[in-house]
Amino acid sequence: MDKSKISLRNKHILDLEYLSAEEIDLILNTAKEMKKLVGRDIKKVPALRGKSIVNLFFEPSTRTRTSFELAGKYLGADVVNITTSSSSVVKGESLRDTLYTIEAMGTDIIVMRHKAEGAAEYASQIVSSRIINAGDGAHAHPSQALLDLFTIRQYKGDVAGKKVAILGDILHSRVARSDIWGLRKLGAEVHLAGPRTLMPRYIAEQEGVYVHDRVEDAIDQADVINVLRIQLERQKTGLFPSPREYARIFGLNKDRLALAKPDALVLHPGPMNRGLEISPDISYCDQSAIQEQVKNGLSVRMALLFLVLMGGKNIEADS
Amino acid sequence: MKLILKGGHVIDPANGIDQVADVLIEDGKIAQVGTDITAEGAEIKDVTGKVVAPGFIDLHMHLREPGLEAKEDMQTATQAAAAGGFTTISCMPNTKPVVDSLVLVNGLKQRAQEVGITKVQVIGAVSKGQKGEELAELGDMCQAGVMAFSDDGHYVNNSNLFMNALDYVVPFGKRIISHAEVHSLVCDGHMHEGARSAMLGVKGRPSVAEDIAVARDLLIADYIGGKVHIAHVSTKGAVELIRQAKARGIDVTAEVTPHHLSLTDEIVTMANTATKVNPPLRSRDHVEAMIQGLKDGTIDAIATDHSPHAFEEKDREYCFAPSGFSGLETALGVVLTHLYHTGLFTLSEVVDRMTAAPARVMELAEGTLSVGAPADVVVFDPDAEWTVDPKEFYTKAKMTPYEGMKLKGKAVMTLVNGKVVMENGQITASCL
Repeated sequence: MDKSKISLRNKHILDLEYLSAEEIDLILNTAKEMKKLVGRDIKKVPALRGKSIVNLFFEPSTRTRTSFELAGKYLGADVVNITTSSSSVVKGESLRDTLYTIEAMGTDIIVMRHKAEGAAEYASQIVSSRIINAGDGAHAHPSQALLDLFTIRQYKGDVAGKKVAILGDILHSRVARSDIWGLRKLGAEVHLAGPRTLMPRYIAEQEGVYVHDRVEDAIDQADVINVLRIQLERQKTGLFPSPREYARIFGLNKDRLALAKPDALVLHPGPMNRGLEISPDISYCDQSAIQEQVKNGLSVRMALLFLVLMGGKNIEADS
Repeated sequence: MKLILKGGHVIDPANGIDQVADVLIEDGKIAQVGTDITAEGAEIKDVTGKVVAPGFIDLHMHLREPGLEAKEDMQTATQAAAAGGFTTISCMPNTKPVVDSLVLVNGLKQRAQEVGITKVQVIGAVSKGQKGEELAELGDMCQAGVMAFSDDGHYVNNSNLFMNALDYVVPFGKRIISHAEVHSLVCDGHMHEGARSAMLGVKGRPSVAEDIAVARDLLIADYIGGKVHIAHVSTKGAVELIRQAKARGIDVTAEVTPHHLSLTDEIVTMANTATKVNPPLRSRDHVEAMIQGLKDGTIDAIATDHSPHAFEEKDREYCFAPSGFSGLETALGVVLTHLYHTGLFTLSEVVDRMTAAPARVMELAEGTLSVGAPADVVVFDPDAEWTVDPKEFYTKAKMTPYEGMKLKGKAVMTLVNGKVVMENGQITASCL
């Protein structure tokens, strides 16, 4: 495909499953330009002046919501946040009606997080506003996966051919699933490890995805290690015996990190449980890019908003 | 009143008939099946090129009356049935209130007589309120003429209660229908557990949940000497268990739905709640086991599990949407498309699984064109091609996973007790 013809204009961003390698490339390259902008003293540009973005969050979120909010504001858009705890269910308003209401106010983009898998896709069939999925249940979290890819590129140059280990609660992780799509599209090998009770059965049927019982086998000679957050309430539902045992058998610590390539990169989508899935000394060690991930998240989200609303136009054409 | 269906291809598996013949109907009963029938004063309908068969019998559907009329009611349910070629439907008791007493059974039967245009068999609840705690008044309901009992939608998890129910109804000659999925393994599950659910991040309903439930039911039926019927079988493990049980002489019968014979979890998307159903649409290997099981007689009958829901109930997040979809008006087309037109089944085998077989399972007088039998007849065109457009359905429930799909085979006329209730897709009667 002619690269100049690739555009995300007016597309919904539901998951990396639906993006081509070329489209992912376009997002990551645009994010690189955005990152330069964020590094400036005066960050604001009028690229999205007159555009409106609603962050519609049915689940609590700090970094993703703030990141999308600042991304929109730095680009000059008007951004409104609606945070509500599964409100449609509680108040009796259907998701369809909530979406109609927001659409009727002339919203260009709805950034949506919802606990139900497929909620963003459902929304995309209902309203004319463009939908960016900011997390739907355990299904997908495309902007997180894109910032993971961006960070891997930043440190490793290329994603293709890399061995990427993803550790922990794959079962409940929308990040893991979107990472798998993105990493596979860009040619990485994905190695999953964690307690078998937190591993989706049959996921090894996915091409290029390898499942290990021992985290050591996943980490062995890895270029990148992505450590997922363990939600403590999972222990109560009988999925693992205790946090202590988890840390000892499945947590990433110095000894296990030593099995990876010497320059292996450590990622974590946050928020961390230091001492559980990741030992405190690793969280902010030289190999950790966890803080950088947050920075990159902003750039990637700016790129998404810009590309969906403006296509591939020059970012500062109007400034 | 006399009527001759002339020149059709008569298929009556109960009597081994599979040939071009005329059918004479007199006073609501089958009077004669043979060639070149003439009868003075008879109305003649030329059905050359069409199949004439006993009206279809559905052992498993949800009529939603009483109490859930936003989903479906007696009129729309029986209209949908007639449109699909069914002349007898059997309604599950999970209504509001639950059909768990004589008065409710009688009430439904009365409503069927007033506004129904097909026959309606009533299935009573096994336990009071379908709560799985105390036996419902099973004997009372038998005297009111229920066809069978079921806590459909709920597996009777309490093995003691299930065993007692099975034992108690033996003298009444009734069968207990089991929706076989072990609750603790499927609760919060929304689709088949497999490679697709793994990548969608949706909690699955593992096939082993059905295998275990079926195994228990069979063992208890064997121990008690009771009669059990496994509803909507969907796993290859369950089929194998039933096959072995039948070989051992256990009195078990089973049904399979058109969707478990034709669709896989590949079509499941989180934005299309029409694909949500219990038991769930499974992988190809399970679908093939269903077809094989139906072919070799392990599974006796085809049943629709017609489960209508209102649009606003289905129109929501996948995990919050209720399970099930309408099936009466697509059943014949689906079955002919996937079993007959693929060469896997003969027409006679398909008709058998929808007529004589379900009648045998529940010991019904219908399902045959024997002389003297009630003239419940369907005329269908096995080669009629059509595209599923739910807007044309008589059922209130317009959601179906078959929407937009091309099917081959459609009912063109339905007669109940000799009365034409549907012709060319149009309902022609307002009561029986």
